[in-house]
Amino acid sequence: MQVPAPFEYERANNVAEAIALRERLGPEARFIAGGHSLLPMMKLRLANPEYLIDINDCEELFYISEDGGEIRIGAMTRHRELLESELLAEHFPIFRDAEEVIADPVVRNRGTLGGSLCQADPSEDLSAVCTTLDASCVIKSTSGERVVSMHDFHVGPYETAVGDAEMLTEIRIPLKANGGSAYEKVERRAGDWAVVSSGAAVWFDGDTIAEGRVGLAAVGPNTTSIDPVSEALRGATPSEDLYQQVGEIAAANCSPQDDQRGSAAYKTHLAMELTKRALRRAVARANGQEA
Amino acid sequence: MTATEPQAETDERPIGFGRLLRKEDPRLIRGMGNFVDDIQLPGMLHLAILRSPMAHARIVSIDKSAAEAHPKVVAVITGEDLAAQGLAWMPTLSNDVQAVLATDKVRFQHQEVAFVVAEDRYSARDALELIIVDYEWIDPVIDVRKAMDADTPVIRDDLDDKTDNHIFDWETGDAAETEAIFASADVVVSEEIIYPRVHPAPMETCGCVADVERVSGQLTLWSTTQAPHAHRTVYALVAGLPEHKIRVIAPDIGGGFGNKVPIYPGYVCAIVASLVIGKPVKWMEDRTENLVSTGFARDYVMQGEIAATKEGKILAVRTNVLADHGAFNGVAAPVKYPAGFFGVFTGSYDLEAAYCKMQAVYTNKAPGGVAYACSFRITEAVYLVERIVDCLAYELDMDPAELRLKNFIQPDQFPYETKTGWVYDSGDYEPAMRKAMEMAGYDELRREQAEKREKGELMGIGLAFFTEAVGAGPRKDMDILGLGMADGCELRIHPTGKAVVRLSVKTQGQGHETTFAQIVAEEIGIPPEDIEVIHGDTDNTPFGLGTYGSRSTPVSGAAAALVTRKVRDKAQIIASGMLEVSVADLEWNKGSFSVKGDPEKSVTIQDIAMKAHGAGDLPDGIEGGLEAQICYNPENLTYPFGAYICVVDIDPGTAVVKVRRFIAVDDCGTQINPMIIEGQVHGGLADGVGMAMMEMISFDEDGNCLGGSLMDYLIPTALETPDWETGHTVTPSPHHPIGAKGIGESATVGSPPAVVNAIVDALKPYGIRHADMPLTPSRVWETMQGNHTPPI
Repeated sequence: MQVPAPFEYERANNVAEAIALRERLGPEARFIAGGHSLLPMMKLRLANPEYLIDINDCEELFYISEDGGEIRIGAMTRHRELLESELLAEHFPIFRDAEEVIADPVVRNRGTLGGSLCQADPSEDLSAVCTTLDASCVIKSTSGERVVSMHDFHVGPYETAVGDAEMLTEIRIPLKANGGSAYEKVERRAGDWAVVSSGAAVWFDGDTIAEGRVGLAAVGPNTTSIDPVSEALRGATPSEDLYQQVGEIAAANCSPQDDQRGSAAYKTHLAMELTKRALRRAVARANGQEA
Repeated sequence: MTATEPQAETDERPIGFGRLLRKEDPRLIRGMGNFVDDIQLPGMLHLAILRSPMAHARIVSIDKSAAEAHPKVVAVITGEDLAAQGLAWMPTLSNDVQAVLATDKVRFQHQEVAFVVAEDRYSARDALELIIVDYEWIDPVIDVRKAMDADTPVIRDDLDDKTDNHIFDWETGDAAETEAIFASADVVVSEEIIYPRVHPAPMETCGCVADVERVSGQLTLWSTTQAPHAHRTVYALVAGLPEHKIRVIAPDIGGGFGNKVPIYPGYVCAIVASLVIGKPVKWMEDRTENLVSTGFARDYVMQGEIAATKEGKILAVRTNVLADHGAFNGVAAPVKYPAGFFGVFTGSYDLEAAYCKMQAVYTNKAPGGVAYACSFRITEAVYLVERIVDCLAYELDMDPAELRLKNFIQPDQFPYETKTGWVYDSGDYEPAMRKAMEMAGYDELRREQAEKREKGELMGIGLAFFTEAVGAGPRKDMDILGLGMADGCELRIHPTGKAVVRLSVKTQGQGHETTFAQIVAEEIGIPPEDIEVIHGDTDNTPFGLGTYGSRSTPVSGAAAALVTRKVRDKAQIIASGMLEVSVADLEWNKGSFSVKGDPEKSVTIQDIAMKAHGAGDLPDGIEGGLEAQICYNPENLTYPFGAYICVVDIDPGTAVVKVRRFIAVDDCGTQINPMIIEGQVHGGLADGVGMAMMEMISFDEDGNCLGGSLMDYLIPTALETPDWETGHTVTPSPHHPIGAKGIGESATVGSPPAVVNAIVDALKPYGIRHADMPLTPSRVWETMQGNHTPPI
């Protein structure tokens, strides 16, 4: 049994209490949500927080709702809820695609959306999903709240825009008409981190793509959206040539490294192949061709 | 020999052989097992080990004062402290020595450097961080191919006059004869074939509770061991403790796979700690410690060569092996077999010649070379021959099934002596192969493959046919550290006809409590539920060498059958007195003796048991009681075999491999419990998929182990494995009392080449003849690009 270093434990009943605790305890305190990244790191003593603030009692952070032209998801919403949500599946099937390949049921029962984004692992699936969907993140502190885009949320591997006395409370995804989305992942084994994954989302205006986005995981310091991809998709008509062209742009705009999950060359190839596939499915879904 | 066919599959409660639910399962599936980490003793302390962060470094100094000052720490011990007691080094299973705690230098990353004993597990672990060790870097030897280069640092400068990293050279077969055949053969195929370092990764890590009783000097050691008796003797020899004062108990064990054969420094540390402190001490590895420091397996770089006629008659196999043994030679193998039973690399084929030359070297990696479900290196041997045979099929453009069928040793050739001197006891290979092909629908699969290839789809069909050598001894040839490989068994029938059988071997999940009860039941007619199997406790079982190398059924299973026959012989004499006829006039009907020609006159074994212990006289010269003990020394190994077929599909765009089907036909001779056999096969097949597709303990150039967690060292899940399709043939062993051969490791041995052969077969349109494990998507893709690089 791997055992963590000593730490103090506090349990917050609500968001206000959680933020107050965080402000009082300072930078050596960490929120613990599902704990499926933090606890293993603590057991390996790669993370040694002095305080854990347990936010599993913050009931106001568990929700998926439609409000003001957005889907709003509470930061403590667990993977399982994301997987099973019909509302999400209807608007953003990419969530269900991704959740089906995230870890295993035990992890999905506990792990949360907010925890996944705050872990900021470059290989993390939901970060790629939120990047693809151009989500924004609501960050609260005692002095109020601010909203940052996914692009600004991740500032480096395992680093986010959330300050020491702040808390990620909500993720907002804009609802736009005539959209489709999909997620493709290659892993060495079920439940493993992505070797590479690619999310794609498109919104149509008639027969042409009004807007399109691609988010990649495990090919750089953070999950990234790729501006040249969006430019190439804007106003384009779907075709195999387009998917190939966009796949090549995706491959050209990533910087993977050799590691045990695969060679950089393979990952670059996957960035192309998976982008093509995700885009193809996203377009099909936007056209009502696939459930 | 009384070979007994398995009972009908519907027979749910056989008295003897047949399907029977496992007796151990009710407690295990209810979470009521009793594992080493469940042992709690009054006043028990906890031990944690400080490990080296570097692969090769001189220890300049160790400052343990801060750790000693920790309020809950009882003791901090370094290598220097152990050296003062003469306990800093211990023998390995291969007559090398290994540091219990490093004194002079560390020789692999995560080597044991010091230990802390504290009041609880957390404090022990915390205190490790208070120990300050000053290391002086030495360049590590990580690339096995460079271990023997001039100017390479000498890892084992502790050994007298050691000037290089050489361990041993070994050869088998006839070099000249083999060379002559290769020189004149029509076709010669050569390929470098690598079996990377893998880890047994049992679910339960290694650990122990040591309790030295101060007044009597008695040591009780609850330990994760596959070989409690052998361990007891080694502790007596190492620590100088009198052997009668040592009791080793292996309670429930959560998987061994060879990982729990060696004696690890942690066990010795716990014993020393209990001896010094006078309290019970528990040491339990965490997952990382298990993966990075305990016995690995394989790590062979094999240059394989095969010679054949152009018609596909295989003439000879030759191999040159470079073996990486890590920093200490801890290979678990009989003393005369430094490469284990690798000599069976001639496979299931009738060859004219064979030759192997091997060099084993030290590197700055964890020691080991354990029998990870491999029957002493047979996994490597079978992988080599089954891979190189497929390479030959590729060159001859011949169907790999046809090539194998053409070259099998024929039934009338058994017992068959191979060109490397192994005497295969029995075999009938073609029916097993044909059965597997029939189950697979082999011809239809090939047709489907041809159609798919037309469409650019990648489908592969891989075959492997293996012959194993299991059940070591005989003792004249085989010993471990001087202990002969023979096993005892004791049977007592109580007055009411219930029985207790005591084994020297120990289950780690194989189902001994059921299988051995069935063996006794088959021989004496007492229902298995009335037979208690006692094992894993040296004070309560006879001596023997333990469970590994699939030896439980071949050796201890034979002992159980023979001891039961010995009891039955005595029962017959008592029965003759009860029925007032001569012994020769009695006949045995599983469970009772009756008078020949007068079946109404009979006594049951239960009647006899009561008579044996009861009032009244027994026949002349017969003592009371109904029990016996024997020690079984096997006449030869047994040679199970099997035919495996794997079907894979590969996504050409992502190179992701999906194992679609796996067909396994095994022949382990007489089957005792077909359900348990299938369970053993299922587990081994999953193992094989793991090794073929994802498992490898790798290192960076500084010697950092990159496989220290189950996120890094992947083992397969149910999602990577298909529904197994199993079948069997039955070719009993002629020399085993019940004809059984052992099944524990067959599937682990046979499945990796089947999976790899299937993947390589799928890549045939790319002109691929070979690719090395682990065939992760990335490796498969690199291979498709023509960029295959060896994993080590």
